[in-house]
Amino acid sequence: MTDTVPLLRLDSVCKSFGRHQVLRGVDLRLDTHEVVALIGSSGSGKSTLLRCVNLLEAVDDGTVELDGRDITDPRVDADAVRREIGMVFQAYNLFPHMSVLDNVALAPRRLRRLPRAEADASARLLLRRFGLEDKVAVHPDQLSGGQQQRVALAQALAMQPRLLLLDEITSALDPELVGEVLEAINDLKQQGMTILMATHEMAFAREVADRMVFLDEGVVLEEGPPVQLLDAPRHERTAAFLRRFRTAAS
Amino acid sequence: MAVPPPPAHVRSARQVERDAWRRSRARRRTLIAAVSTVVVLVGTAWLVVTSPGWERVRDTFFDLDEARAVAPDIIRAFWMNIKLFTVAEVAILVLALGVAVIRVIPVAGLAPLKLVAVVYTDVARGTPTLLVVFLVGFGVPALRLQGVPIDLFWLGVIALTFSYGGYVAEVLRAGIASIHPSQWASGRSLGLSYGQTFRHVVLPQAVRRVMPPLINDFVSLQKDTALVALIGLVEALRTAQINSSRDFDYTPYVVAALGFIALTVPLARATDHLALRAVRREQGST
Repeated sequence: MTDTVPLLRLDSVCKSFGRHQVLRGVDLRLDTHEVVALIGSSGSGKSTLLRCVNLLEAVDDGTVELDGRDITDPRVDADAVRREIGMVFQAYNLFPHMSVLDNVALAPRRLRRLPRAEADASARLLLRRFGLEDKVAVHPDQLSGGQQQRVALAQALAMQPRLLLLDEITSALDPELVGEVLEAINDLKQQGMTILMATHEMAFAREVADRMVFLDEGVVLEEGPPVQLLDAPRHERTAAFLRRFRTAAS
Repeated sequence: MAVPPPPAHVRSARQVERDAWRRSRARRRTLIAAVSTVVVLVGTAWLVVTSPGWERVRDTFFDLDEARAVAPDIIRAFWMNIKLFTVAEVAILVLALGVAVIRVIPVAGLAPLKLVAVVYTDVARGTPTLLVVFLVGFGVPALRLQGVPIDLFWLGVIALTFSYGGYVAEVLRAGIASIHPSQWASGRSLGLSYGQTFRHVVLPQAVRRVMPPLINDFVSLQKDTALVALIGLVEALRTAQINSSRDFDYTPYVVAALGFIALTVPLARATDHLALRAVRREQGST
């Protein structure tokens, strides 16, 4: 235990759907500016964990603390918490009836009550950062999957969150489009963003993550720096997962 | 065989406290809902009962003896409304499906039929149903054509079908148009013909999707069967009218109104049930 308060701390988080226990006591901590990659087979609870952090699911037990404050308390204003946490999903992040610019400017305009011109200006700035300045006027359906996910990142960042949750945001993309999205995530890391991401991109995780966490049957079985977890896993189950993964990937 | 019990989970003290707080909030919400409901209902009743004309209204609209006397007659007459909408609903579905298919089917040779379908939906939806009932009820028999029904029941069915077919055709067309083009492509790629793809792949999904507005139209139809009273068919409203003018009392109308409500409620609840099931299905898929 370090004496500093971590940005995010999960303490024995449990979550069941019916009789199915998805999370069976997850402990996890994330410091500011840290990038943590969450790996594990499908059904291991990665998405559920991220959804619990964003309060899209209410935990059955345990606590999630943001900056030392228990956000799983039912008295907490969930909308206010979510404003501080950005989240991007696998797909369907964008609102198809709005232009790219309006998608990004929506939350700042409605929640921060920014005047349209001001919100649009910062949305444009964000979109330029992701190389999308020429797409501001089009609708999401006219974009490629990779462009859509980059807009989704801009949308999540528009509220200037302190923590970014990424739920396998490249999993629904064509392989040739994955690179541009990973590059965008890498840029965010360079700028000091704190990121918790569920991913199947092991090579990318090795490159960008400060720490990797292996989720297995609803608990954190193993965590450590990418080099250690990927090349010298301590647990046989971790090794088996990575073997299966390499076989499938090649 | 006994199912093994779920692994016993001992809730932490914090979780116990959270759950207790949630329960107390739920209790408070229920209490607020109950109290506000009672206040609104009692307030409305008080407003009616203390109005200056209440005694007069009570005697002419809510005369219990009169209600008891006319109820059997009116309830029997509802049989006619039930027959009307049952027959009309089937006819409407057939007509509307035909019109909807003609409008969506991409066959150039059907252009004249498409024009007819467009004009029909415009006319059917643009003409007040009451007017259609009058025109069909009085106009068609006046033609004195061989084989054209002059029975009021069938004239009523024709008028209602004509009027509602336009609405239902548009509902179905919207449903068919909302099915993703990939579903067509997927069906055709299996080797199914256009018609087979439509029948087995697209239409079932389309109907499921538009079920709520479809039932909405049928609920509306069920009460609009009363319009046929105006060409003289003796159904519930007409029976109430006859009793009302004989007894100089409006209570028969109130009885008929209650009957129509009782008739439409089951379908309305069915819509809620379908909507709920759709929501559950979507949540189950996440």
